[in-house]
Amino acid sequence: MELLVATAVGALTAGGIYLTLRKRAFTVIIGLALLSYAVNVFLFASGGLAVDMPPILSKYGEQAYTDPLPQALVLTAIVISFGMTAVLVMVSLGAYFETQSDRVDMDEAPEDVEENTP
Amino acid sequence: MDGANNLLFIIAITPFIGALLPGIMIRAGRATCATFAAAPTVLALAMLAVLTPDVMAGNVIQAEVNWLPQLGLSASFFLDGLGLLFAGMILGVGLLIIIYARYYLSPEDPMGQFYTYLLLFQGAMLGIVLSDNILLLLIFWELTSLSSFLLIGFWKHLPEGRQGARMALAVTGSGGLAMIGGMLILGNIVGSYNLTDILAAGDIIKASEWYLPALILILLGAFTKSAQFPFHFWLPHAMAAPTPVSAYLHSATMVKAGVFLMARMWPALAGTPEWFYIVATTGLITMVIGALIALFKDDLKALLAFSTVSHLGLLTMLLGFGTKLAAVVAVFHIINHLTFKATLFMTAGIIDHETHTRDIKALGGLRKLMPITFVIGTVAALSMAGIPLFNGFLSKEMMLEEASHTVWAGSHHAVPILATVGALLSVAYSFRFIVHVFFGPVRDDYPSKPHDPPVGMWLSPALLMVLVVVIGVLPAAIVGPLVAVAGEAVIGGGKMPYYSLKIWHGITPALYMSIIAIIGGLLLLAMHRPLDRLWNALPRPEAKAMFDALVAAMASLSRTITETLHTGAISRYLSIFVVATVALGLIAASGSSLPPVTREMLPVPGVVLIGWVVLITAIGSVFFMHRSRFRALVMIGVIGLMISSGFVYLSAPDLALTQISVETVTIMLLLLALHFLPKDTPIESSRALRIRDGVIALIGGVGVAAMTYAFLLRDVSTISDYHLANAKTGGGGTNVVNVILVDFRGYDTYGEIIVLGVAGLIIFAVMEALLNGPAARRLRNMDYSQDRSRDRHPLMMVIATRLLMPIAVLVGAYIFLRGHNQPGGGFVAGLIISIALLMQYMASGFAWAQARQKMEYHGMIGWGVVIAGLTGTAAWLFGAPFLTSTFGYFHFPPIEEFELASAMAFDLGVFLAVLGAVMLMLYSLSRIARFAGETVNVEPMDYDPTNRVELLKEDD
Repeated sequence: MELLVATAVGALTAGGIYLTLRKRAFTVIIGLALLSYAVNVFLFASGGLAVDMPPILSKYGEQAYTDPLPQALVLTAIVISFGMTAVLVMVSLGAYFETQSDRVDMDEAPEDVEENTP
Repeated sequence: MDGANNLLFIIAITPFIGALLPGIMIRAGRATCATFAAAPTVLALAMLAVLTPDVMAGNVIQAEVNWLPQLGLSASFFLDGLGLLFAGMILGVGLLIIIYARYYLSPEDPMGQFYTYLLLFQGAMLGIVLSDNILLLLIFWELTSLSSFLLIGFWKHLPEGRQGARMALAVTGSGGLAMIGGMLILGNIVGSYNLTDILAAGDIIKASEWYLPALILILLGAFTKSAQFPFHFWLPHAMAAPTPVSAYLHSATMVKAGVFLMARMWPALAGTPEWFYIVATTGLITMVIGALIALFKDDLKALLAFSTVSHLGLLTMLLGFGTKLAAVVAVFHIINHLTFKATLFMTAGIIDHETHTRDIKALGGLRKLMPITFVIGTVAALSMAGIPLFNGFLSKEMMLEEASHTVWAGSHHAVPILATVGALLSVAYSFRFIVHVFFGPVRDDYPSKPHDPPVGMWLSPALLMVLVVVIGVLPAAIVGPLVAVAGEAVIGGGKMPYYSLKIWHGITPALYMSIIAIIGGLLLLAMHRPLDRLWNALPRPEAKAMFDALVAAMASLSRTITETLHTGAISRYLSIFVVATVALGLIAASGSSLPPVTREMLPVPGVVLIGWVVLITAIGSVFFMHRSRFRALVMIGVIGLMISSGFVYLSAPDLALTQISVETVTIMLLLLALHFLPKDTPIESSRALRIRDGVIALIGGVGVAAMTYAFLLRDVSTISDYHLANAKTGGGGTNVVNVILVDFRGYDTYGEIIVLGVAGLIIFAVMEALLNGPAARRLRNMDYSQDRSRDRHPLMMVIATRLLMPIAVLVGAYIFLRGHNQPGGGFVAGLIISIALLMQYMASGFAWAQARQKMEYHGMIGWGVVIAGLTGTAAWLFGAPFLTSTFGYFHFPPIEEFELASAMAFDLGVFLAVLGAVMLMLYSLSRIARFAGETVNVEPMDYDPTNRVELLKEDD
């Protein structure tokens, strides 16, 4: 089981890295989505894997529970990464409308701001 | 803390509070404004007077408020003799300057601003001399640089003012940076940032191997501030400031800050050969060079500026000698220099104000036209020259006496001769000030007909002039006690050296040196005309040109570096970032060994294996098919689903719920975006580049996988047991994840919903900006018609979502209510309700659904944050900390007993914020679509079967 989770995280990371290194905004956003999956699963797994031990306290007697803290942290991380993705999408859409291209790299160096030495 | 200590605090903050007044009071007129600028100064001065007897009796008043004691940060102040001397100077001269400036500034100048800056500066300066913590001192030190920048550049319309201000800031600011380093080293050596501790630890500091670096760095700060050679060049350029500023900053206070610092640090740093050779030599060179340049300056203020440089050099040299007597003499000369130099600056200001010129060559004969100014200026200049009966003479004599028996690198003559030369030049420029300005024939070509100014303008310099004379005649009676107590503070306790403040010391070497200086100076002045021609013919290094060249070189260097590194290619930055991260990980891993494996692997059932295969396949598909964007998006959905299933299997039901609902909205969002973007990605990178990126990705992926694997096989210590044990008893819920979110770590959650809300608002703002910008026109002209289905609002979907709506809302409410005890909660419920609403938007179109939606999403975000915040603050009413929760069980027949927790109100806030943010984001994207020519449908569906008959008729 641990091996499966580890390889899955690795595969998500590799895919994420490759796609974020591409040159188009949409691909980069998808790459970032993959990376956030990888990070979320990794954080979640840092509490240790457990089957049939949800952190819902049982009324009936002693029972083992999995680590709830990483779950709480990842839960908010999932929602926040959605917010981040949404902002990125909007910004890249704006850039696309302005420049008619969704390339992430600037084609030439930015023009220097006019020197204002009096 | 008793009254005296409180008073010290109030003195320190009075100018800062007072700085707020003039800016407001200017509306009530210039006189009121000046009064309100003077009031805080008078107040602080009065409080200082209350403390004075105590300090004069030899006590040190201390006040301390701890801020971060672990880091040695505290707001601590102390007042000893040296502090008293400087605080008195800062406030006293400050008051005189405020009065003087009232008459000096013209009606066009923004007087309120001026006084605000001036009081800010006063507060910063006062902070330096009162700080008992060197970190606090550093803050005030930088504040003086900043506020003096504002003051020097006060006449914003003058390019010289702006350039002078920038130069002063650059030089003193960089010195301040060096000083920060030096102070930190000093604090490290002593183990305390308290000045009192540092002063007591002089021997430890001098023995430390870090002594020299600390000394050099601190001296860099002091030398730049006090305009010591080779940093002296900024001071004359700062003279572009209004004259009250020059008189205050550049004679009395700011430039003395460096001298003050050397005096303050004297017990800790002085007395070593390093100190002597660095400080005394710098001071000596500065004194001679400053005086030499001053002699040939035609601008009155430039003459005074270089003479200030020279006198600061003198003070530095005295402190550099490292003997106790020389330090006491320095204290005495600080007082004397203050009185005559501030007077002279104000005199120069009066002359400038009345004649409209400061060019000495255009002046002369003012003795008859401006008799009062003549008397004031002459007395002060005689004192500067060191003529008996004026106070400058006394300290100059004592300085020459000290210099006469100082040995420099084995030479008995170097220091005495150069000191005499300095004094000689000083006589020459002082008399030049008197003779070339006031004597000679009355001219008829002054730019403006001069006469004495109103009393308000000459009152301040006149008061100081009286001091010059009184101290000069009766030194021991007037300033003797002050010199004693301040001198004692400088040398840091121990026995005071023998000295006597009097005019006649008998026939001493100093007397001969003085006589030589006076005669030589007068001779030099007699030969001024030919010398001046020679001086102007000689090539000299121009400091401003060098400084400008240096700044330009540094700017072009940083531009080159920036342009090389910052090419605008994000993919390049990212690949550097990834490679660096992987490399760091490998370096960290290579040196260490792993602890033994402590966990056994969990078994893998068949269905899990299938899920894994699906997940890996989906990732692979995204990887290989990412150019076809729709397909990649579908695969992303598959990945999200598989991860949610994984969460279910691995005992994380809350995560699974959240993941699957977030997944849904994410895909919808990306689909909406894809509507506008190109549907395919072209191949742009070369094959080699793609292989390179693939290798980087592979290494990163393998590294992360290995790390995860290693991590999962070992137990880690965790604080979760606490959460498990207290969730029910303390938080009143059995769903520990939810209790952590709304209770244990409620503060985090509170921050997170704010972030989410802000993200929603950003998206809304970007959308608004886009629709009002040039992009809007392009959007209108885009043609999306061929993408469109003919049946965009299908009957089946409309009916199904209508039916689903109430069910979805019910599920959302259920998930919300049970969240505290079972998987669910505000986050998930918010997402579920968003999805229910989104389904309506999808089925019947944006405009149709929006017209039936009455709530403002912005408001929803706001209410969410407010409700969560109010729930948190409600705890205050019960005397508990922010976000403390409470809960109780209620039983109303026939409903079963149920629980109500205050955390649920918090969760309601979370719910509203999530719902509002998600809807606002998708709403914004949809509005763009609407803008791009999306048609509005009046009916909920395109083909309504009930209209079929009519439609058929139309077709016919």
